[in-house]
Parts: sequence; C-alpha cells; structure tokens
Amino acid sequence: MPQVNLTVNGKAVTIEIEGRTLLVQLLREKLGLTGTHVGCDTSQCGACVVHMNGVSVKSCTVLAHQAEDADVTTIEGLASGADLHPMQAAFREHHGLQCGFCTPGMIMSAVDLVRRHPNPDEQTVRDELDGNLCRCTGYANIVKAVMAGAKAMAAN
Amino acid sequence: MNHQPSLTGIGASVRRTEDMRFIRGKGRYTDDIALAGQTYAYVLRSTHAHAAVRSIGTAAAKKAPGVLLVLTSADISTLGGLPCGWLIHNKDGSPMKEPKHPVLAEGKVRHVGDPVAVVVAETYAQARDAAELIDIDYTQIPAVVDMAKALNSPGIHEAAPNNVCFDWQLGDEAATNAAFSKAAHVTKLDLVNNRLAPNAIEPRCCIGDFNSATGEHTIYTSNQNPHVIRLLAGAFVLATPEHKIRVVAPDVGGGFGSKIYLYAEEIIVTVAAQKLGRPVKWNSDRSEAFLSDAQGRDHKTTAELALDKDGKFLGLRVNTLANMGAYLSTFSTAIPTYLHGTLLAGNYTTPAIYVNVKAVFTNTVPVDAYRGAGRPEATFLLERIIDLAAIETKRDPAELRRLNFIKPNQFPYQTPVALTYDTGNYDATLDMALKAADYKNFPARKTEAKKHGKLRGIGIATYIEACGIAPSNIMGALGARAGGYECGTIRVNPTGSVTVLTGSHSHGQGHETTFAQLVSDKLGIPFEQIEIVHGDTAKVPFGMGTYGSRSLAVGGSALVNAADKIIAKGKKIAAHMLEVSDQDLVFENGAFKVAGTDKQKTLGEVAFQAYVPHNFPLETLEPGLDETAYYDPKNFTYPAGCYICEVEIDPQTGVTKIVNFCAADDFGKIINPMIVEGQVQGGLAQGIGQALLEHCIYNEDGQLVTGSYMDYAMPRADDLPMYNVMLTDKPTPCTHNPLGVKGCGEAGAIGSPPAVINAVVNALSEYGITHIDMPATPQAVWRAIQNAKQ
Amino acid sequence: MYDFQYQRPATILDVQKALASSPEAMLLAGGQTLIPTLKMRLRKPSLLVDLSGLRAFNEIQAIGEKIAIGAMATHAAVAANPNLKKRLPALADLAAGIGDAQVRHRGTIGGSIANADPAADYPAAVVALNADIITDKRTIAADRFFKGLFETALEPGEIITNVHFKKPEVAAYIKFPNPASRFALVGVFVAKFKDGVRVAVTGAAPSVFRVPSWEEALSASFDPYVIDVDTVPTEGLNSDIHASSDYRAHLLGVLARRAVTACR
Repeated sequence: MPQVNLTVNGKAVTIEIEGRTLLVQLLREKLGLTGTHVGCDTSQCGACVVHMNGVSVKSCTVLAHQAEDADVTTIEGLASGADLHPMQAAFREHHGLQCGFCTPGMIMSAVDLVRRHPNPDEQTVRDELDGNLCRCTGYANIVKAVMAGAKAMAAN
Repeated sequence: MNHQPSLTGIGASVRRTEDMRFIRGKGRYTDDIALAGQTYAYVLRSTHAHAAVRSIGTAAAKKAPGVLLVLTSADISTLGGLPCGWLIHNKDGSPMKEPKHPVLAEGKVRHVGDPVAVVVAETYAQARDAAELIDIDYTQIPAVVDMAKALNSPGIHEAAPNNVCFDWQLGDEAATNAAFSKAAHVTKLDLVNNRLAPNAIEPRCCIGDFNSATGEHTIYTSNQNPHVIRLLAGAFVLATPEHKIRVVAPDVGGGFGSKIYLYAEEIIVTVAAQKLGRPVKWNSDRSEAFLSDAQGRDHKTTAELALDKDGKFLGLRVNTLANMGAYLSTFSTAIPTYLHGTLLAGNYTTPAIYVNVKAVFTNTVPVDAYRGAGRPEATFLLERIIDLAAIETKRDPAELRRLNFIKPNQFPYQTPVALTYDTGNYDATLDMALKAADYKNFPARKTEAKKHGKLRGIGIATYIEACGIAPSNIMGALGARAGGYECGTIRVNPTGSVTVLTGSHSHGQGHETTFAQLVSDKLGIPFEQIEIVHGDTAKVPFGMGTYGSRSLAVGGSALVNAADKIIAKGKKIAAHMLEVSDQDLVFENGAFKVAGTDKQKTLGEVAFQAYVPHNFPLETLEPGLDETAYYDPKNFTYPAGCYICEVEIDPQTGVTKIVNFCAADDFGKIINPMIVEGQVQGGLAQGIGQALLEHCIYNEDGQLVTGSYMDYAMPRADDLPMYNVMLTDKPTPCTHNPLGVKGCGEAGAIGSPPAVINAVVNALSEYGITHIDMPATPQAVWRAIQNAKQ
Repeated sequence: MYDFQYQRPATILDVQKALASSPEAMLLAGGQTLIPTLKMRLRKPSLLVDLSGLRAFNEIQAIGEKIAIGAMATHAAVAANPNLKKRLPALADLAAGIGDAQVRHRGTIGGSIANADPAADYPAAVVALNADIITDKRTIAADRFFKGLFETALEPGEIITNVHFKKPEVAAYIKFPNPASRFALVGVFVAKFKDGVRVAVTGAAPSVFRVPSWEEALSASFDPYVIDVDTVPTEGLNSDIHASSDYRAHLLGVLARRAVTACR
C-alpha cells in the first residue's frame, strides 16, 4: 500500500493508506484524532474543518495523499498543553456550543477567519461561517464568541 | 433554599462543565469509539418507494474481500418488529392499525431507504463495496406520497386498507358545531405544516458488542434515552431480558427528537455482533440519515375559528391529516393526537373545540417527534388563523389575542381539550414583546422601508406548550405503553464529593452544568465536587430519557427529591454523631446544625461517617449515603410566551430578511439563564428554518428530492438574525414540581414559525395576500406576489 | 469511494504520461467537486493524477492588457490577489463568493471551468470577459469552450494550464444563491468593453449562455433600465424545486440590472 508523509499537530507521520483514504479518515481512524468530525457527505457541514498549511480546509474533501508533505493542525493541536486557545475560551465564555459536535470545525474555521479578518464585524462572521452548520445554537452565540475570540487573539 | 447567593448555584449563568472537553476535541461520540476487533456494517436500502422483493441474491457479496456476514430478513426471522409506544383509538373506540415494522424488509419495501440487507466486513469500504454485489429482484408497485391520494389508494400494509392508521377525535363536536351556528364571524384556513428532517449534525451511529462468556449485549448508540432503548429492544424485538443488555449513549451530537426512537440499525449491530463474536459498528452518512432518520411534522389541516361580534372566540374546529410515513416509529402516533389536539386551546378561552385527526400511511420515511412535536403544528394553525381572523374582522392582532387570553386570575384553567393549565401570565409576555419590538412605531418603519423598495411586515405569535412529559397516570389513560417519570440518584462519596446519576440524557442541553448547580444549591456542596453521570444503563438505575422539554422539570425534580432523602438520612447520621435527636437538626449551607447552638457536622463529615460506621446503631441506622428517587409529575408544565418577528421582503426577488426577532418567555423558575437563552436561540433557528428554508420534498415516485444539503436548506449563520431573547419579568413558576421550572427546550421551535409567517403575510398584505405556506422561500414569496397581481 | 491509485507528478509531461497510462485515469485539481462525486460513487477512476505538483500552474500575472490566471490558482488566491482586485475586481469578487472559505482554499479555476457545472460561477466570468482558455495543446475561445451540461470543448486528456482574461472597462457579477447548496441559482456577469457589452448567465440553463438582446441594448446605453426584466424566454431554462424556469427568467433580469448598477 502507498505511504503518505505529513506533519500533524507538530508531529511527523508516515503511514500506509489506500488511494481513496480521506484526510479525515487518516486523522480519525489511523491517528485516533477523533476531535475532527464528519457530519455530511457533500462538503457542507464543516464539522471536519482542520488547518492544512495554515488555512482551513474540509478534511472530508481532501484525499490523505493530497496532504503529502503538508502541515496539518486539528482541534487537538490548536492549544498547547492545558491552556485553551483564545477562540476555544471564547466559545465557552459565550456559550457558543451545545452538543459540541460542530464545535471543533467551527473553532478551526473561526481561527482561520480571524487570520483573514482580524477584527470582523457581525456580518463578516456570519458570511464567513457559511461553510459550517450548527443545529443547536442558532448561531447567535457562535457569532458573539468569534468576535470576542478575535479580540482576544489580537490582544495575545 | 438556605444558602448565600452563589456564583454556581441556582440562577447563575455558570459556564458549562461539558464544554471543556468539546472545545478541545475530547468529546466521545459513538463513532469515536473503536473497540478491539471492531467490524463495520453497511445497510443496503431500498432504492424504490414501493416494491415487492422477489429475491435477494447474496452469494457474490458473501465472497467479496473482507466480508464476514451478510444478513437479510430470512436470517433474523425470530426477531419481533420495531414497536410503537403509543396506542391510539379510533372515534369508534377500536384500536389503531399497527402493521409490523420489520428490522429488515420482509417481502416488500415501503419507502426509499427501507433496509433490505446488511453486509458486515473488516472495513466500512469493503462492506459498501460488497453491498453493490447484492442482487435484489424488485417488482415495483405504484407509490403514494400524497396523503389525500393515499386515502383512496390500496393499502401499503395489508392491515390498513386505504392507508388509514387511525381516525381520532378530541373535544365536544356538538358543542363546537353549536358555537359555530351562533358565530358573528367564521374564519377558515387551509394550511400545511411542512415535513422536516431533524438533522442533528452528528449522524446516528451504533455499535453492537457481545460477551459470549456472560451472554451480555452492549449497545453503544447515539440516542436520547438509553433505558427506553434497552426496554424496547429487549422486550419487543430481541426477546432478551434487560439484565443481559447494556445500552450506552455517550456524548451525543444533538437529537431534537430524532434520536429518541429504536431504529433497525441498533438491532442489526446487536444481532450481527452475536453472530460474529466481534463488535459491529454502523455509522450513518448524511445521505442515509435523510432516508432513515424519522422526519417531523407533515400535517395538512383545515381549521375554522368562530368569533362573536366583539371578537371573542366561540369555537375552533380542526381537521388534520397527519402523515405517518411507511411505518409507525416509536412515538409517532402520540404526536398528532395527544401532543397536538390537546394544545388547541392555546393561550385562549375558546370554550368549544373539536379536532379530528386522520393518520395516514404513505411511501415515505416514518414521521415522529421533532423538536416541539405536535405542539408546533397546533400553535402554527392557531396563531395563523387568529391572524387571519384579525385581518378579516379588522382588529389589531395583538389586541385580538389579548381579548381572548386566559387571564392570570383564571388559573388553574381547564381547557375543553383535556389539559389543566396550572399557571400563567400571557399578558405579561405579550406586553414585554410588544415593547421590545417597538410595535407601536412599526407603521413608520414600514413607510421608511417602502421608500427603499422593501416590504416590511410584523408578526406576533403567542404560544403555550405542555412540557415535562408526563404524568404516568394521564399517559397511561391516553394509550401510552410507558411511564413518564424520571429517576435520579445522588451518591455522597466517603470524602464528600458527589456523584449524581440521572436518567435524563444530555446531548447539548447542558445537564452536567444545570444539574450540578441544582445539587450544589440543594446540598451546599461546591459545584466542582459534583459529577453528573448519564447515558449508561449499567450506571444509572433507570430513566425515561430526554425529550419534550422534560429534563429539568421531571429529571431535575427527581434529583431534588433524592437530595431531600440525602438530607433526611444525613440528619439521622448527624444526630447520632452529635448525640441529639434528628428533630433538633436543621440543614443549612451544607451542614447539619443543632438549632440555637454552634454544634454542627458538615455533609462531608456525615458522609465519611456513613461509610465508616464504626459505632452505628445498625438496627436503626444503615451505613452509606446514597439515595434514589423516582419523580412522577402530577401534571404537565405549561411554558408560554410571545414572539414578534419583523421582516423585510425584496418584492423583486422574493427574498425575506428577518430584521428583528423578539422572544419573551415564561419558563417559571430559571436555574441557568445562559443555558436557557441558548436553548431558546437554538429553537428559534429551527423554527425560522421551518418557516423560511426547510422542506422534505418527495416526488410522485416517492424519491426524496431534498436528500442532501445540496437541496435541503439548512439554516446558516447568515440566514439568521441576532435574536432578542427575554425572560419574563413576571414569571409564573410551575405550581406542582419542587423547582417551579417548566422547561425551555422546545419553545423557540414552537413559537417562531407562526411569528415569521404572520410577519411575511403582513408584509405582503398590500397585495391582498392572506396566507402563504411554509417554507416561504424566495420563490414562494415571489410567486405569491405574481399570483396576487393577476 | 471506489479505490484508485494516486499520483502527483512534478511536470506536465509526467502528468500527460500518467493520464495516458490508464483509460480510466482522471485529473485531480482542487477536488472540491470531484471528491464529493467520488464519495457518492458516481465515478470510478483507476488513477487520479493530481495537478498540484505543477508549481507554476497557480501563478496570477498581468500580460499586457490581459490577466493570466494559472489553472491551479485557488479561488482564495484569486479573491485575495492585489493586482486582480485593482485591475479586475469583478473577478476577484466572484472568486470570493464561490462556495465557502474552505472550498475556496482548495478549489481551482481550472477545475471549475473543466467541470462546467451549470451552477458554477466561473463560467459566467469566462464567457462575459471573453477569456481564452489555454490548454497543453491549444487556445480555446470562451464562446467555443462550454458545450453543455458538464460538457466542454476539452478533448480526452487535454489539460487546462491557464486562463487569459481580457480587462473590461467595468464589470460586475451578481449571483442569487440556491438557498440550500449556495451554488448559483442564477448568476449574471456583465462586462463593458470599449467595443461593446457582454452579458453571461450561469445557473439558469444546462450551460452558461449570453443574452444578445441585453448586450445590444447595454452597448447602446449602459443603463440598468434598458434591460427588460422579463425578456429571457423560459424555454430551455432549468426548473427545479428551488426555482421554476419562469422565476429564474425573472431573476435574471433583476440581477442583470443590479449587475449593471454594481459595475466598477
């Protein structure tokens, strides 16, 4: 079976996979990084969002082989040690999650959103989150969390 | 309760305990579990809506790489069908038609997605690859998806000619007819309550695991009520006693009703795991979820409202067709009947009400409870017809409602449709919402919008719901085959920490926080020392699960009673330690105190003694400090409120934008305002989604056209506004549970659809439009305008 | 997905060789359409040849009066390109509105054009801006490129390498998103050149098309109100649960007017 080499959360990984293996399958099934979720099969829900070479991607719509030599960060690698990333802390502070299933993808998208829009207004956050579905919160608290998280990221 | 105001007690917006794992990707959902030797099941589903299955050829699939097992109905012929939990009776007293709901199709398929065969293999991909080799010989039968047409079509089930499941009624028909005969005005409205797909973002998943040494099955499943699953699966399908089945529902990624039910896949993995001697996992993908998760709503109703010359409601007559889909899902039959017909009094004094519901089988996915379950359907028809009556009789819709409200001094209020409301103050939430929405200045905003080519509309809806499901005696009398109590255990551990076991499963509601606040408050123990355990039948004594906004009102009340038992037992131990009578002790701030002295023992000290009973008088005092309570409510709870929506419509494109949404709710006593507001916001999004976006559409052949997110419009962040969610400043606590709480999980989804549609119709009123069906998509709004122009 | 082999060659020659090695080989660009298609098991390639190894294929540069966009340039790169934002903002805006942020980070202009989805945004720009599609074999004019539903003038094995856009005086693209998928229910790209106006419509029919009557009227007078909103005949337009053909026809006119107003 062919191999793929990549870096996940700062660690080098070499692993044998089929051609059809998706990045999300590599993360969840081969590496046990189950924080990245799968909620749809048409690339719309965003539960699977991770960072690949510094930008957000849907790991259900990337072949693991396409991540050859890539640097991948998942929700588990967002913060170091026991600390929370400011965006993680903002989601908790503003009650931006309920069942928690969309949350890792939502947070990964939010962090990338802030990279592109360092001080986003409400409409920007809403527009930029159109690749992430949440069925629990009605989004209001997610939007508040992302705006607060952006401020906290700027302050750090 | 005796304590100082606390940052973590009742009334505080405590940040959630469970978040710490979710925000770090450390949640443990069913698909995150990988058991040693785990195999994977793929369920092969019917591609036809209605067909006879002549033969199923599995030989090639059995030989495919990695395949371990192939199952068809012939392999599981000893199993029972999936049961329906609520027996409804027809008008004439005869029982409903209850055709078998087989685990795998038996000679016939009745909807697209009906499970036909199962392949279990070493990998999911191998199972799916092999399933393509299964050769099914179908003979197609004409499908019927339209309810009216189904009533004149051959039965999908032999047992149900003309596809009628039941023909049920409630209320006094003669009195209602009499009320109409003396009416000054009668308003009539035909409306549809659109079919929805629940769409919890975590698709359903289950794992079967069999221990051949003990004969015990473990079922891991994304489910809202593990004990109910154990009961239904064991007693009705597997014929296996409860003590040989353990059901674990770990972190569950949203439910909204769709994860209440016992599904075929939970049985399939259990049986397959036993046959193989290895764990078997089935994980739904989203396309499969659209074809296999029970869907919601789908009513067609004609409603008539009789008013006197002053605008007082005299009578309400409702005729509803309710779609059951192809089979009866677990609670399907209760939804259009006892959760719909009983709510038709709404917040009003309408003296005579009659409702007739015909439940119909069609070649579609089974329909069951979805957030609100029956109550959104009742509220929608009532609040729509009241708005229409206001238009027809030229009254202000707010004032017409107020005129007919049950007033605070009329409680307890017996409605003509079986319920007794214990308390409420509907004027208070109406006033609060009107003020927040700046209702009186709406005309100026409408004029301003008009200048920019936009149509502005405002819509009011009040709602009441019956929550805290439910008193077992009432449920039983109405045909339920289960009780409505909840179970809670509080275990004070030897070193003073507390383990709480609850039958109320949490899948987004925040029980791990709210219940800890409650117990902390009650026992005076720090919030951080309390752990809430749920979702495992091997740990929690019993439970009826989470649905119908019942967790706090019923599950929380069980914990209050368990805490009272802890205090009573603790008093006995403390009395022994302090050498006083337990009559002389009071429990305050986590300590048992001798009244009028400084002598006391903390709960921690008492707990330690309870487990180290070196000098206990064992004939009168038992060791241990661990109490279980079952709480069975005396009545439903009745949350109520008023929602006001303001929209702007672009008449050129038909696009509706919500520019303001105010919600004023009365949930009685509040434990955690942050969580309550979050629950309302989430409900609002689902209700607004129903009103403007979401719709399960089947074509004539029974194919689900909206079978993925490419065609089923899920609300996204940019579809929705910042809601103004308010809790009433004049709450009316529930009178019959110890917490005074009413439940908040469904309100948003119940009250918002009519508020949105009333606003849309109001915006379109200049075209003479008086009704639009949900969802009011851009196309639907544009077409309504075009039709009105002609 | 059915299983397949995967290769990521570093040169176009190796891509061509790999593609020729198996009749069921397919090109993989960003994969944002192809991978979901594979997941639905609607295609069964033996080999995917990933173009992302071709480094020079993602460059965006000005060549005289034209702007050349490499086939592997992502939507995000096009949307954020400063040169493009200045010289052809309508195209950057269009790219910024494709799919969602994650799709834009992976999806490419070449992949989008080669796929010719009837609801894709890029075809409207390609046709309205009268672009040239450069392949490893030839140059294809926009008006001859899109042939029908998921059908282009590309021959088997032919690889888009670059797209050359002509710079208009002003241009704008307005789309009306499908409420579910957010693809274009209809989208209208209006481009005003010195020698006339081009109007291209996507989402409304099996393939992108131009509206000559509006082009003539706008060439004579570049004013939104010369567009007669309900002129596009409904015949031949797509009709589905989200929009019947008459609603689509009406939206086209509304969007065309708004696009003219938005031109910059």
